[in-house]
Amino acid sequence: MTQKEIVIKTNKLTKKFGDFIAANEITFEVYKGEIFGFLGANGAGKTTAMKMLIGISKPSYGYAQIAGYDVYKETELIKKNIGYMSQKFSLYEDLTIKENIHLFGGIYGLSEEQIKTKREALIDKLDLHSQADKLVASLPLGWKQKLAFSIAIVHKPKIIFLDEPTGGVDPITRRQFWDMIYEAAANGITVFVTTHYMDEAEYCNRVSIMVDGVIQAIDSPDGLKRKYNAQSMEEVFLMLARGAKRGE
Amino acid sequence: MKQLLTFIKKEFHHILRDTRSLLVLLALPIVQLLIFGFAITNEIRNSNIAILDNAKDETTQKIITKIENSKYFDIDRTLTTNNQIEEAFKSGKIKLAVVFQTNFQNVLAHTNKAQVQIIADATDPNQATTLANYANAIIMDYQNDLNETNKPPYTISAEIRMLYNPELKGAYSSVPGVMGMILLLISTMMTSISIVKEKELGTMEILLVSPIKPLMIILSKVVPYFVISLVNIATILLLSVFVLGMPIQGSLFLLIVVTVLYLICALSLGILISTVTESQLAAMLLSLLGLMLPVVMLSGYAFPIANMPVVLQALSNIVPAKWYIILVKSVMIKGLGLSAIWNEVLILTAMTIFFLFVSLKRFKIRLQ
Repeated sequence: MTQKEIVIKTNKLTKKFGDFIAANEITFEVYKGEIFGFLGANGAGKTTAMKMLIGISKPSYGYAQIAGYDVYKETELIKKNIGYMSQKFSLYEDLTIKENIHLFGGIYGLSEEQIKTKREALIDKLDLHSQADKLVASLPLGWKQKLAFSIAIVHKPKIIFLDEPTGGVDPITRRQFWDMIYEAAANGITVFVTTHYMDEAEYCNRVSIMVDGVIQAIDSPDGLKRKYNAQSMEEVFLMLARGAKRGE
Repeated sequence: MKQLLTFIKKEFHHILRDTRSLLVLLALPIVQLLIFGFAITNEIRNSNIAILDNAKDETTQKIITKIENSKYFDIDRTLTTNNQIEEAFKSGKIKLAVVFQTNFQNVLAHTNKAQVQIIADATDPNQATTLANYANAIIMDYQNDLNETNKPPYTISAEIRMLYNPELKGAYSSVPGVMGMILLLISTMMTSISIVKEKELGTMEILLVSPIKPLMIILSKVVPYFVISLVNIATILLLSVFVLGMPIQGSLFLLIVVTVLYLICALSLGILISTVTESQLAAMLLSLLGLMLPVVMLSGYAFPIANMPVVLQALSNIVPAKWYIILVKSVMIKGLGLSAIWNEVLILTAMTIFFLFVSLKRFKIRLQ
């Protein structure tokens, strides 16, 4: 694994809110093209850590490099090279599908030509021809999530950050969603995903498990199961998370 | 630039597709102006009064006719005994009673001094004072007529001219007030709500993670409401000139310049509110309670500032609407030029720069 290209590298990355240490000296690496699962119970500090990585929260101390750029000095460059989809649905409901694609293409500086090609390809792929001019509000949740993901990678980012992307979605759509994640990874986009569905953790190449602001374990799902002598990721997770002092 | 245009277009989509809000945005100023201009007026006309004439002679008859002919009073009933006065007031139908003493004409002729009692229902003190003054004025008027013929040695007659608003139209005070209120309501409340809405929906996070500059997000939020406010200014001015009959005495250009200044002040306040609130409801409450109340209470629009306790008078100085309303009155009604109003313009400019500075700074902090 070590000969692989590193796209996310952190060293003792820490975020304090007063006396409360939300993320405590997090150190890890993520390699190009892998699907990295960032696991943890509610309140474990996943979202805080992720916010530091995507440049909307300033670390208290520690070091992090995203796509080769420094999180303190080069946030603008980081923003150009990443995509982000949050746990809250993040398209504009009162804009049409086409308008949403246009808007986000424009935000990431795609030309009119590029946007048009991307738009057609995207509508083809998701089979949304009949709905392309309808408001996003009229789509079922599963479709919205798939559309949001497609739009989040419309500018071909080096890394896509997904914050609990499949919350509230049915199992079939969840499966389809993961097919899209695999496809993105196959195209060289590194996927950084937080989740608390343990079956989804199994789909990841490598996972880290965060407990009380600290990364307790980091390895491939199989590696973790061997190490903790467990049948499933769920067992591993429960074993580690049981020691948590913080709840929601 | 292209990005900004795409964004402004997006904001217009948000506004135009929400037809109900749009209707409120555009119809509210019209409704408010018409209500304040027509329905709510400080003039009192056709008030019902009662007359108790204990003399029933020629002089009292003349005075009664004069009262009846004025546009202010309608004689609702004629009383015959003192006991009926209270009864009449208790019925709630009359606002004022005029009582003539017995032998009015004789007393007047022989002692040069006769008495009329004016009794007003002071449950509404302002109205009572006004009505009593009207009645008094009519009687004084009659006295002057008498003196014309009798020529007393000295008379001082005061001639009153109501400058700038000779007809004492209510619109003259309500138009500037409504402008100060509406622009603040729309610009401040709607901008803050539309920014906070994106926070609530989670789209703001997406925008902040994207390479788009925060200034661009703010600009795109502000421009549509700026445009809508300009439309509203145009409607308000057209309505006040052509429907309420209130001419613009000063320079229209100057009026628009100070209005735009006030608009920018209101918009930056909106941004400021959006940086301290997390939900649309909170933003709305803060705009309404934190801004609307001071504007109505302390801007001099509803209550005269000069009569307030010193603390409130001092407080009124930090209400931008107060300065704007002074400006509108100066330019629109008095027809003053820039040289006469630079003091207020300066104060409003300073406030605008302050709000703009603080709100932009705070908006950046939210990124960290």
